[in-house]
Amino acid sequence: MDATDKLPQILEELRDKFSLTYNIDSYGMICSEVENGQHHEILEYLCHHPSHSFEMLTTLFAVHYPDQEGKEFAMVYVVKNLIENLSLTLKVYLPASNPSIKTVSDIYESANWQERQEFDFFGINFIGHPNLMRILNVEDMDYHPMRKEYKLEDPTREDKEDKYFGR
Amino acid sequence: MNPTYANIGSDSFDGNISTLNLGPTHPATHGIFQNILKVDGEHILDAEQTVGYIHRAFEKIAERRTYYQITTLTDRMNYCSSPINNIGWQMTVEKLAGIEVPKRAQYMRIVLMELARVADHIICNSVLGVDTGALTGFTYMWQLREMIYDLYEEVCGARLTTNMGIIGGFEQNFTPRFDKILKDFFIAFDKIFGEFSSMLERNRIFMDRCVGVGAISAERALSYGFTGPNLRATGVDYDMRIASPYSSYEDFDFIIPVGQSGDTYDRFMVRQLEMLESIKLIKNAYQNLPEGPTKFDVPEFLLPEKEKVYSNMESLIYHFKVVMGEVPMPVGEVYHAVEGGNGELGFYLISDGGRNPYRLHFRRPCFIYYQAFTEMIKGSVISDAVLTMSSLNVIAGELDA
Repeated sequence: MDATDKLPQILEELRDKFSLTYNIDSYGMICSEVENGQHHEILEYLCHHPSHSFEMLTTLFAVHYPDQEGKEFAMVYVVKNLIENLSLTLKVYLPASNPSIKTVSDIYESANWQERQEFDFFGINFIGHPNLMRILNVEDMDYHPMRKEYKLEDPTREDKEDKYFGR
Repeated sequence: MNPTYANIGSDSFDGNISTLNLGPTHPATHGIFQNILKVDGEHILDAEQTVGYIHRAFEKIAERRTYYQITTLTDRMNYCSSPINNIGWQMTVEKLAGIEVPKRAQYMRIVLMELARVADHIICNSVLGVDTGALTGFTYMWQLREMIYDLYEEVCGARLTTNMGIIGGFEQNFTPRFDKILKDFFIAFDKIFGEFSSMLERNRIFMDRCVGVGAISAERALSYGFTGPNLRATGVDYDMRIASPYSSYEDFDFIIPVGQSGDTYDRFMVRQLEMLESIKLIKNAYQNLPEGPTKFDVPEFLLPEKEKVYSNMESLIYHFKVVMGEVPMPVGEVYHAVEGGNGELGFYLISDGGRNPYRLHFRRPCFIYYQAFTEMIKGSVISDAVLTMSSLNVIAGELDA
């Protein structure tokens, strides 16, 4: 990873403090995989940093990877420092047996509804969230529809199988 | 009676606390928004919004649709400025596939995206006029939107849910009729917008209703994830067109208007000035359209010409293959954001190389900043809450994904 030499100062500081490893892809997106629990510490540090505050949480969302054992869910956080125009993506993997993660709604107000949304669609349990309830689906729904096991179309249909489309 | 409420406007305090449903279908909410208010007389003590009335499962549907077919889903998010959504999505796919769009198509995109921004801001500002009691401005300004719809129709055949353009550019050039309507539009805009501005901008009644209403500080706005005109009204000059330029915005000279106090009046004025900047951008881009093709020239992504599809077997097969996504897509993750009518409209796309996204997440600005509504209206009166909502320009379609 050659680009690490030119990392902005704040990211070097963060790397040394939390022993992060960065992965910079060809589109310039800086991404780091962190442990469950550590994300809260890092985001709090970044948000309240005196000189290089990442004051905005751009987005957060969950991804379901049913085939990755022990890492079935990923939570992705994108935070932004407006002054240096710098974005950082954090990823936290969670096991399907206990998809619980500490809320960041105490750091960023905007996380409140976004976490409710991911709870609604993926069943991620945000520990410490002030009002963790469904937001877009009906209240009495008893499953989390964005999980991969819920097929969108009729599962008996064969004409849309992936094998016909080179996957 | 709960003594903690006593600090709110004791002169109108009558001791009766009631719960009021503002919405879901209320003429002042301009959409299906339910706001459950706890009110003391006219003062709002607390509020709770619900957003779950129009869920359409776009993110789930996107996992079973090809890249081409997702464009129609994006139309329906912020339906006041569909072309920005369409083009923003197409640019995301282009970023993933490494497609460099010809300069001419990029400038055409600027023309259309800025037209969409003008159309979006026209709605917000003229509706703010309606909510303060000036209906005429709204019906007058609507003529401009009508012309913008005519322009869309010339480009893609549709007016509201546009499904405009293709991955890699546009199917065709601007038509001669587009040129004519656009020139008429510039003349009409100067006249109508000028009259609208002089009617409202320094209007005593309007200012009394708007100044200081629904104010939010820059710190709180950032914490709530505000973007777009609502953030700029608080004084933060964050605009995706400058922060991470796309589609050749860096070639143009335009300013980003900012406000100071983050109140309804500042939001109104930021949008007013942005419309003028957008018109400037449209004129610049349209007059300086570079020569060249309007679409990217790689057969895997390029739809064959329509006449050939109707008459030539190979073209028909190719058309089918492109639309059905039998196109090699790289594996990877991209985030691409454009400056939508209401702020940073982002697409986080995770591809596993298949014909549809593995996961597609839409960052909808309205969904994120609508959370702040409670904080912004607490302690104000109901008529101010209506104005605050209208000046935030919450579009119901964008709450959902």
